[in-house]
Amino acid sequence: MQVKTTTNSVSVTANVKLRRFLKQIWKYKAYYVFLLPAFLYVAIFNYGPLYGLQIAFKDFNGAFGIAGSKWVGLKHFESFFNGYYFWILIKNTFVLSVYSLAVSFPIPIILALMLNEIKGRYKKTVQTVLYAPHFISTVVLVGIIMTMFSPSIGVVNTVREFLGLERLYFITMPKAFRHLYVWSGVWQTMGWNTVIYIAALSGVDSELIEAATIDGASRMQRIIHINFPVIKPVIVILFIMAVGKIASVGYEKIYLLQNDLNVEVSEVISTYVYKRGLLNAQYSFTSAVDIFNNVVNVVMLLTANAVSRKVGETSLF
Amino acid sequence: MSVTKESHGDRIFEIVNYCIVTLFFLIVLYPLIYVLSCSISSPDLVATGKVILLPKGINLAGYKRVFQDSNILTGYKNTLFYTAVGTIINLIVTVPAGYALAKKELPGRSFLMYFLMFTMYFSGGMIPTFLLVKSLGLYNTRTILLILGAFNTYNCIICRTFFAAIPKELEEAAEIDGSSRFRTFLQIILPTSQALLGVMVLYFAVAHWNSYFSALMYTSDDKIKPLQLFLRKILILQEASSSMLEGLDDDVIAEQTKLKELIKYSVIVVSSLPVLILYPFLQKYFAQGVMIGSLKG
Repeated sequence: MQVKTTTNSVSVTANVKLRRFLKQIWKYKAYYVFLLPAFLYVAIFNYGPLYGLQIAFKDFNGAFGIAGSKWVGLKHFESFFNGYYFWILIKNTFVLSVYSLAVSFPIPIILALMLNEIKGRYKKTVQTVLYAPHFISTVVLVGIIMTMFSPSIGVVNTVREFLGLERLYFITMPKAFRHLYVWSGVWQTMGWNTVIYIAALSGVDSELIEAATIDGASRMQRIIHINFPVIKPVIVILFIMAVGKIASVGYEKIYLLQNDLNVEVSEVISTYVYKRGLLNAQYSFTSAVDIFNNVVNVVMLLTANAVSRKVGETSLF
Repeated sequence: MSVTKESHGDRIFEIVNYCIVTLFFLIVLYPLIYVLSCSISSPDLVATGKVILLPKGINLAGYKRVFQDSNILTGYKNTLFYTAVGTIINLIVTVPAGYALAKKELPGRSFLMYFLMFTMYFSGGMIPTFLLVKSLGLYNTRTILLILGAFNTYNCIICRTFFAAIPKELEEAAEIDGSSRFRTFLQIILPTSQALLGVMVLYFAVAHWNSYFSALMYTSDDKIKPLQLFLRKILILQEASSSMLEGLDDDVIAEQTKLKELIKYSVIVVSSLPVLILYPFLQKYFAQGVMIGSLKG
């Protein structure tokens, strides 16, 4: 008897709680409606493919579909790890993204600190021009590279000839590929990437600057001791995020810059996945490669985050 | 105002700083000027490397060819369509979601946040996404190019931060007056958020205008391909569009080859100009469109 009443009262309170919860939800129904399109999109197009990831452990056969294909365990992972391309891809991917990070990460920071010291119309004009490449498409960017570095009519070779150097077909040179990729990236992104730092610098206390000036601090000292500490947390967060993407250099630009002659250095994990996967229809194998890539990214992100939390005070989570 | 006079060292700093910033400025500016100059110069002078900075022997032949080309025009029309409709879809999916997530009192808010943010760090990858699109019957349709990327996590966080900073009193006053949450959002919040909407329109529109890879993956029919894919053919694969070099005569082959180079410059200008004209108008809002302090969930 007694036991029964307790369970009853428990279920009654649970009922009340549930009703209160539903009432709460009903109260905010409009906001859930606002979230619905985003929720549906993400559920279908971001979580949907996670279901398809199982083909990495199967021999995908279009006739049987994703669920009906035969399980093969880690076969595709093994053949990737033992394959001829594995170390080449790892090396190309990491060299390219570390080189890119080492150059294109610090430049916007320095540029932002310098731009912050410039006032008036000139600053705005400079900024407008610096932002422009960000708005140019990847196809056009690579198009500009190809025309400027063209062996026959490109301005770079015109200048080389003028200086008495031989004309070079840069686009096909494996030695030139990484530099072209990284420095064209700097050209395209350095201005735009100052935006976040300049926004952070607008939060610098002007009274602090004045006080420091009265105390005889030079401009360089003010930048190092006042401005830089203000943007430091932003730098750390952006750096952690950049490290989390280190194994996934964007295929969009690389694929366009790639050709048969520079493929030995330009083949990275993502271009390999596209070519072997979609163009050669090796769906299962390349899904395994993709999973590997994703896991490396997550591990890098978490490591960078943990290191940063230990060493400094800022972390992403 | 500072009492102390600028020191000698500070003046040197000022000069050096101006010089270096100006150097950056010129490095970024030069390729843009060079392409523009080449596009309006005579094909002979471009082909012999005579055009270094300013245009020589003004000639609009490249542009004439570009505007006569049926592929370019189809691509242009398609891209305009994808950009206009796609941006509207982006806004409908991303902006209200950011607004709802800015409500701290919303039950289940942190779950929804994690649900949406998780995809920033882990994805199903290229192949499973491709298979999904195929199985939904969206391969080689205009629809897939419109809705792919409809929700953007990064931009949603920007929206959330922006809306969270709007004073609560504004909404409360509206609700006391009996306005529903929909009406409050549409008639009170959105009109005060022009800076945010401007930046969002710009980000989404530019992304649509410039994207090529999803079209490369998901379309096969020339009729629905966007401009960037035709640009890729001309600029990267070096295939001059057939209709551009139509009626090729042996005598004029040399002439046509030069023209082919000229067309590249013209096509770059024609495809990039709309975006390059648009963004300076929204430049003052850029700083609000970044996510300082809002990166943490």
